[in-house]
This record gives sequence, structure tokens and C-alpha cells, in this order.
Amino acid sequence: MRNWGGSVVHFNWRHTHTHTVYGYVQSCYTPLVQRCYAHGGKLESDEEFDARWVTYFNKADIDAWELRKGMNTLIGYDLVPEPKILEAALRACRRLNDLASAIRILEAVKDKSGPHKKIYPYLIQELRPTLEELGISTPEELGMD
Amino acid sequence: MLHLTTGRVGCLLSKQAVVALTGSGARMSSHGHHEVSDSVDMSQPMYWDRLDTPLPDRPWKDVLDSTDKSLKQKEKGPWTALSKEEKIALYRLKFNLTYPEMKRPSHEWKTVIGGMFIVFGITGLVVFWQCHYVYPPQPPTFDEEWQAKQLQRMLDMRTNPIEGLSSQWDYKNKQWK
Repeated sequence: MRNWGGSVVHFNWRHTHTHTVYGYVQSCYTPLVQRCYAHGGKLESDEEFDARWVTYFNKADIDAWELRKGMNTLIGYDLVPEPKILEAALRACRRLNDLASAIRILEAVKDKSGPHKKIYPYLIQELRPTLEELGISTPEELGMD
Repeated sequence: MLHLTTGRVGCLLSKQAVVALTGSGARMSSHGHHEVSDSVDMSQPMYWDRLDTPLPDRPWKDVLDSTDKSLKQKEKGPWTALSKEEKIALYRLKFNLTYPEMKRPSHEWKTVIGGMFIVFGITGLVVFWQCHYVYPPQPPTFDEEWQAKQLQRMLDMRTNPIEGLSSQWDYKNKQWK
């Protein structure tokens, strides 16, 4: 598909099943993002996309601007970020001593899920160890919903 | 110095993303210097509440008093040591509206629908007045008697006899089919 210079994102949902701690199958939707490059390069796979973003947020001396830029860009994409990307972002907030942004990130991904109500609980479930380790409360726990 | 009035700021932003843009970022009392004018200083980092851009360029409260400063110091330590109220306070220092607050429904639709009906009503009154005072007298061709004679004439000359008017008239029994 020819376009005018940017990369084109094809978005489709993949239905995956994950098992929760309680033993029943909890189905969730994982976004499949295929990025086509305008010059006809190789498609970036989901794993490469995720890895790129995890590396971005895992930068040890990430600064506040980079965190904001990264998050705002990520939220601009037509997808809900994988838990591992969010974990890296939350850890970046910790390195920057910014709890408020961490909570804001959780609010933002909940909003990104849109009508798909099952995504956010799944993300929180996956992030629970990180949230507890860093001491981040979810917006629900703080009564901010 | 780049200035932008709050009115024009609204048009620049997409409808679904922005619920409330604090165009008054420059004139918040919590901000360092006070601007008397209505416009936003676009050369300074701005604050915004946007669903699609969660982290604005500057925090909501720039000017921190001593309690805020000591809370910010505490933020540098383990967050498990913070109470719920402290966490909420830290959030409110950095952000004005939460996502649910940004997405709160407004009552604007009632104003819109109400205004619509008022305009319809006024229009109705205008139309009624003009029917009475402006329109010239109705031509005689609208009278019942004239219309009946006209119809009879049309049937007599067999207008549209195949598929139209005269085809619907039963000439034998002098009635409609």
C-alpha cells in the first residue's frame, strides 16, 4: 500500500487465551501490529516492536522528556501496549521518582482499551508483581475512577 | 513571544481527544508568573489534559509550597512508604484532571436541543405571521368548486388515460376505480 511517507500500521486483533492463577481460562485480545515501511522494507513483527519499546524504556539514564515522549508516542499508536512494555515504562518512572506519571500511564492504557473491558484487568494482573514491588497503586485502589 | 487565544486553541485540537484543554495554563495561580491577558504563552512548556497524550510538558502545579516539597522528597524513596492520600496528592500535584474526570459527560446536549427547539419555535411564529400578513390573497383556482370543475375537465379530455389519472376513473360507473 503506497502512502505519503510515514509507515502504515495494519491493525488486527488476535484472540489469545491465558490461564490465570485461579485455573480458569481467561481469554484476552492481543493486538497484532504489522508495520509496513513505505520504502518496502521488511515487516516488523510484534516481538520486534515490543522489544524496541522495552529497550527504549529500559534505558538506565532515561530522562523525563524521553519518558513523556515515549509514552505519548506509544499511546498514539492504535494498540494497547504489552505488559512488558508497560513494566519497563513503570520502572522508568521509578528511576525518575515520578509516581504520578506511573498512575497516569495506567489510566491511559485503560482508556486505550476502549470498549474491550477485559484488557485492563489482564494488564493489571500481569503487572501485579511489578506494581507491588514498586509500590504503585492502581487508580482504582486510590479511588480515582 | 508566541501567544494564542484560548478560542483558537480549541479549533486546533481534535474533537475526540480533547475534552478540556487548560488553555489557561499560563494564568493559573499555581504558575510562577501571573498573566493578565487571556492568551496562552506558547513559548513555554504547556500543560494539557488529553486522553491521547497522557504526559504533558509540565506538571500542573509548578510552584510548590513546603509540604509539597517534602512530599516530593518522600517520593524519591520507596513508594510503598507512601499512604494513599500522599499518592493522590502527588498525582494531583502533577495532573489536574484524572481520566474519568476528563471523560465526564457534560450537559451541553440539553442546551443544544433546547436551543434548537427555541429556534424552531421562533421560526414557526415568523412563518405564521407571514402567512397572515405577507402572503397575497389565494388565487381562485384553489377553491373547492374550481378544483372540482378542473378535475372533471381533466377527466373529460382523458388526461393520462393509460397509466395516470384517467386510467383510475371508472367512466361507466362515474367513480374512482
